[in-house]
Amino acid sequence: MTVQIPRPATEKAKGRARTTPPPPPGRHRKAQGSAGALPYLLLLPALAITAVLLGYPLVKNGILSFQKLGMKELIQHLTEWNGFDNYSDVLGGEDFWRVTLRTVVFTAVNVTLIMVLGTLVGLLLARLGRKMRLTLMMALVLAWAMPIIAATTVYQWLFAERYGVVNWILDKLGWHSMADYSWTSSQFSTFFVITVMLVWTSIPFVAINLYAATTTIAKELYEAAGLDGAGAWRTFTSVTLPFIKPFLLATTFLEVIWIFKAFPHVYAINGGGPDRLTETLPVYAFVEGVGNQHYGMGAAISVLTILVLMGLTSYYIRMVMKQEREDS
Amino acid sequence: MRRSFIGRFWPNATALVLFVIFLFPVYWMFATSFKPTGDIISENPVWFPLDPTFEHYRTAFDADNFWNFWKNSLTVTLLAVGISLLIALLASFAIARMRFRGRTGIILVFMFAQMAPWEVMVISVYMLVRDADMLNSLVPLTLFYTVMVLPLTILTLRTYVAAVPKDLEEAAMVDGATRTQAFRKVIFPLLAPGLMATSLFGFITAWNEFPMVLVLNKEAEAQTLPLWLSQFQTQFGDDWGATMAAASLFALPILVLFLYLQRKVTAGLTAGAVKG
Repeated sequence: MTVQIPRPATEKAKGRARTTPPPPPGRHRKAQGSAGALPYLLLLPALAITAVLLGYPLVKNGILSFQKLGMKELIQHLTEWNGFDNYSDVLGGEDFWRVTLRTVVFTAVNVTLIMVLGTLVGLLLARLGRKMRLTLMMALVLAWAMPIIAATTVYQWLFAERYGVVNWILDKLGWHSMADYSWTSSQFSTFFVITVMLVWTSIPFVAINLYAATTTIAKELYEAAGLDGAGAWRTFTSVTLPFIKPFLLATTFLEVIWIFKAFPHVYAINGGGPDRLTETLPVYAFVEGVGNQHYGMGAAISVLTILVLMGLTSYYIRMVMKQEREDS
Repeated sequence: MRRSFIGRFWPNATALVLFVIFLFPVYWMFATSFKPTGDIISENPVWFPLDPTFEHYRTAFDADNFWNFWKNSLTVTLLAVGISLLIALLASFAIARMRFRGRTGIILVFMFAQMAPWEVMVISVYMLVRDADMLNSLVPLTLFYTVMVLPLTILTLRTYVAAVPKDLEEAAMVDGATRTQAFRKVIFPLLAPGLMATSLFGFITAWNEFPMVLVLNKEAEAQTLPLWLSQFQTQFGDDWGATMAAASLFALPILVLFLYLQRKVTAGLTAGAVKG
């Protein structure tokens, strides 16, 4: 049984820009009262399937991280506990810390580039005429839609050592040492290719949605700013920015998750090489676990990966939760 | 609004450069796939496939099990998107329309679920599926893809549901419609664009998924297109024409879908993103 708490329309709720207005008291009481078990019934399928198919592997993963689990144990269904050995091995070695630092830097660089460039492209879309805007939008939508496994093959072809277009252009621009350059030969150049691809494929999401967000800003605000003699920068910071700020925060959160978790993008370009120097945490967990058949170790790394990701996103989650509580 | 020539020139020039940058990789994939091999491996790039050939597509079509991979990918993707939309629709009605105990906690669950790094949990997923004796089957794959896309689908869809005025539903019911009728005739048409925009995320996630199918389905009969493409690339490594033809075939359905739904995309995920 659930208790329905009557919800008076508070001042707080009134002041908040919400898509649904707070229900006026009285009129909706019937609908509210009859809700009863209904919300839980509606949520049941979603929660059940998530609990079974996500919850179970998560718990299982946690259990495996305390086991010695190799090919032999996996095939023979053996359970051999080894306490915190996997964790002390992972945390005691240098690799994990190096990979974690690398992943955080990689995520920071990519998300910064994506958000800054994506915002600029979005603002540009808002300034363009209709025809030009639709033209650019079409290119953006195609880059956005490009399935990642196809994109990795195309980028390998663009950056191919021989006959690759990028090397050809660099050579023609006068950088002749790039004529037969192998982009997968060093850590930096491999990350460069991965970053170009990630930024290329991620900008459209930010730009198109940011443009859509700016269309909701009332024209009068810009006119008022113009009358007050505000310049372009001042108009941006005092009119546009307050409107798009929640959007920017939410998108940054999503991008941090997506970039941090980016697996096929990093793995397909160079398999984490050369010399495992471009492994990010998900790739590291996969290579150690599945590749080297240290399944218990892989499980421990993945538990740590989840903790790092939760740490990175905790600020945003706290903020959203606070808002949800105030709203409801 | 008056703008000087210079004022219009720079935005348009920048837009044109960006247009080329964003379109080029996609264009180059298709262009390469139609070029005879001689034009692909040439010292100076041949920018247009002036002498188009279908030779590379023939190589791709002749690959073993080609149609089977397609059938599997389409089945798994369409089912996962369909099921997740249905489940998410129910859930988002509860979250967007009703106040109940534990609502904030449930939103939190979906926010965390959306962060789940599936790639690094493949071993436990493998053991779960193996113990259920369902390796090399499309069923677990479909279900896992459903769960994979479900959280973001719910979080996005609830803002669309919240945006549909509640009064409309009530007005229809006052006019004598049942709750189901009110939903079908009034609410659903208003939600359709939101459902389409939301489904795009599911389509692209399920269509692309790689590590899980790699670990779960070792038999070619139960594999999907991403595996086909990566095997194809290993096999035809330096044959860029064939690889690009395969990549084009793989990308085409999603590219067409996005272009078709472009307007919905434009209005698209913003709503969900803003509310997170």
